[in-house]
Amino acid sequence: MQLTFQDIADTRVIVVGDNRIDAAIAISFKDRMRELTETGPNRILVDMTCVDFIDSSGLGAIVAAMKQVADSKSLELANLSSTVKKVFRLTRMDTVFAIHPSIDAAIGGGIANAG
Amino acid sequence: MLAKKLCFTGCANDLHDKALPAQKAEMNLVFPGNALAVRRALKASMVGLRHLDLSQDEKGVVEIVLAEVLNNIVEHAYDDTHTGVIELTVSRQDDDLIFLVLDDGLPLPEAKVPAGAAHNLNTPTSDLPEGGFGWFLIKQLTRNLSYQRSGNRNRLSFSIALKDTQSF
Repeated sequence: MQLTFQDIADTRVIVVGDNRIDAAIAISFKDRMRELTETGPNRILVDMTCVDFIDSSGLGAIVAAMKQVADSKSLELANLSSTVKKVFRLTRMDTVFAIHPSIDAAIGGGIANAG
Repeated sequence: MLAKKLCFTGCANDLHDKALPAQKAEMNLVFPGNALAVRRALKASMVGLRHLDLSQDEKGVVEIVLAEVLNNIVEHAYDDTHTGVIELTVSRQDDDLIFLVLDDGLPLPEAKVPAGAAHNLNTPTSDLPEGGFGWFLIKQLTRNLSYQRSGNRNRLSFSIALKDTQSF
């Protein structure tokens, strides 16, 4: 499970380095997300650019990651592939998560201001 | 070529890109019923179906459905005390892909396809479901879903209509 992060302005951007979030890595994804979201900014943005595919276990792990962040924090998603989007749409989880077309769109001027 | 070797060495008996040769409209894979073998078989299936020139939408639907069906077998039919192989056959009839999946594990509860109902998502975040999406996805994306238990064998068949896939 490869997760890296960078704090940009008031947002912790977590980049998923794996190209699949599936049954094989769902638990380690959830555990690693807990480590990375316990501290840092209150807004968490998960960059899914590298992720081509998720199955229902992967979806469950992403939901679990959202549920385990503190009430004061939010967890949002960006850069979903067409197949990942399909899984969110079919399960209607796209109505639960804030989903952004890009990091830029999610953060707005934040990157420029981050210096 | 290296990637191919890494992916398929030591897996099922015929996990290579000739699994579904152009002249033969059927792909047959046999592989162990464990998580790692299923991951490889999924990859092999997508390679085996490559010559059909499926669109991104079509490939996505096939991969989602196969992942859910095969993971279900690994997690429920083959548990700690039952091991065995999974046999997957995919054939094409016009614009339909026909799937047959066999295993020798435990039967589905009540020997029937689970309801796979949609979840209620109008709940506090803490109550959101983290599982139970699998059969719902399978039912949404397939047609003619049918399950039979005969002897010690589970037999699941379904089809994916390629023309449906754009609307999902």
